[in-house]
Amino acid sequence: MELYSLTAHELLEQLRGKKISAEQLRSSVSQRIDDTDSKVKAYVRLSGSRQAQEQPKADSGALAGIPISLKDNLCTEGSSTECCSRILAGFKPPYDATVIRKLKEAGAIILETKTNMDEFAFGSSTENSCFGPTHNPWDLDRVPGGSSGGSAACVAADEAIMALGSDTGGSIRQPAAFCGVVGLKPTYGRVSRYGLIAFASSLDQIGPFTKDIRDSCLLMNVISGHDPMDATSVEREVPDYTQSLGKDIKGLKIGIPKEYFIEGLDPEVKNRVEEAIAKLKNLGAVIKDVSLPHTQYAVPVYYILGTAEASSNLARFDGLQYGFRAKSPKLIETYKKTRGEGFGQEAKRRILLGTFALSHGYYDAYYLKALKVRTLIKNDFDAVFKDCDCLVTPTAPTPAFKIGEKSQDPLQMYLSDIYTISANLAGVPAISVPCGFTRAGLPVGLQILAEPFGEETLFRLGHAYEQATDWHKMKPKL
Amino acid sequence: MAISQEIVKYVADLSRIELKPEELERLSRQLQDILGFIDQLSKADIAGVAPTSHILPISNVLRDDSPKGSLPIEKTLANAPQKRTNFFVVPKVIE
Repeated sequence: MELYSLTAHELLEQLRGKKISAEQLRSSVSQRIDDTDSKVKAYVRLSGSRQAQEQPKADSGALAGIPISLKDNLCTEGSSTECCSRILAGFKPPYDATVIRKLKEAGAIILETKTNMDEFAFGSSTENSCFGPTHNPWDLDRVPGGSSGGSAACVAADEAIMALGSDTGGSIRQPAAFCGVVGLKPTYGRVSRYGLIAFASSLDQIGPFTKDIRDSCLLMNVISGHDPMDATSVEREVPDYTQSLGKDIKGLKIGIPKEYFIEGLDPEVKNRVEEAIAKLKNLGAVIKDVSLPHTQYAVPVYYILGTAEASSNLARFDGLQYGFRAKSPKLIETYKKTRGEGFGQEAKRRILLGTFALSHGYYDAYYLKALKVRTLIKNDFDAVFKDCDCLVTPTAPTPAFKIGEKSQDPLQMYLSDIYTISANLAGVPAISVPCGFTRAGLPVGLQILAEPFGEETLFRLGHAYEQATDWHKMKPKL
Repeated sequence: MAISQEIVKYVADLSRIELKPEELERLSRQLQDILGFIDQLSKADIAGVAPTSHILPISNVLRDDSPKGSLPIEKTLANAPQKRTNFFVVPKVIE
């Protein structure tokens, strides 16, 4: 077995037992990147930069010697972080994101090259990148999902042991489902957002991509916790998430929201998810039909609130202090040309929509109304979690679609996040775990949701399911 | 509602984004589709519902009022598209 194909917990055991060295592991992953990334294109700015950015500070930490890849919107001091956008060309942050500092303290090896993404995380396919698309390791003609498509694809292709992404409306869970890996969006406030280049500040969370549930726990143990640099990070003790593993799920109450099994759900995805629910029942869980009656409003609410917040957050990219600047003798012209040339189509579309929703005369009809409907969506979750320990749904309505299939139709693209957006609006944690394949060999993801700070329930259920199945061990042929 | 090219042009000016004529045409059409989809929100019964701007039960988080270090000038200027001595160089602000 090649080292690059193992999980972090398997590798940590070998590293601690001195059976392998961190250098051997690093060169194994590096070789794998050399051999496969020309097909997958999970990484950006790859040439000559695959080495770790520096020697880790700790050689005995919780992730000592484990190579980890980062989405291109996570700031690392002195190394390129461009959100896959022309407007941030050449940007090298002057500081590390809090999660990066924590990873370094835990001895992880941070890869210098970062993973591909939709520009500023705007998208569901990783096609909106100024570096071009990433290819799904299971079928190179298909998208890896998005916006964290590079992080999902590099873990699926064994080009990284673990990776971090960010999730604003499904950008970790949907690509995890498309690529057949485990992807977690933590509770809003669980992980510090300091150093994550902001998309929608009330929705964004950083989270892990891993090959199995145990690795997700290990990474969450390191990155979770309160941070004075992020006023929305919550002062709440971080449990040892690995303690949630290996427990049975007898009597665990699982809600199945009927609004997630509707027209538009691919029949093969539906079958795989129903088989997974039957398996969970066999393992002793209690299955209940529940309703989240305002689910249909999640996508429209998201595309008002997410774009409104984005239009405000992206106002900082004006070409004056960093990144790309278009030349003009006049200040206003400099702004307009810089932003007109620097942003891609989807970024422009979202900034315009968000600015419109916040503008005089439309604020009440769009933005304020969306904030109120968000309350209804959150109330739906509060109500079902009085009776259920967690919810189980498909992660995405279809398996991975073809590159180019939806890129000319923004609305169809937005609908691929129909099952993931609610968790961001309600702030609840949600995880996607592999639950089988379509006949064409494309992975299907099972989404588990729990109440705020219920990550332990996600891990407990996800691990019980993983122990009873082998889907997470399947590898694409590359 | 209908979103005209005039409104999109106005919003683009507010957003300080220069659009080419074909972009204005295409984006107006796409925004019209998206807003048509979003209009289903008018069916939601929001009478008496309070807005949720974020989901955490915390507000007015303050840090200790104590001095801390800040970025040194050379780090602050390291990414500047144009700089001179200790300053960012930008086009004239006041005509």
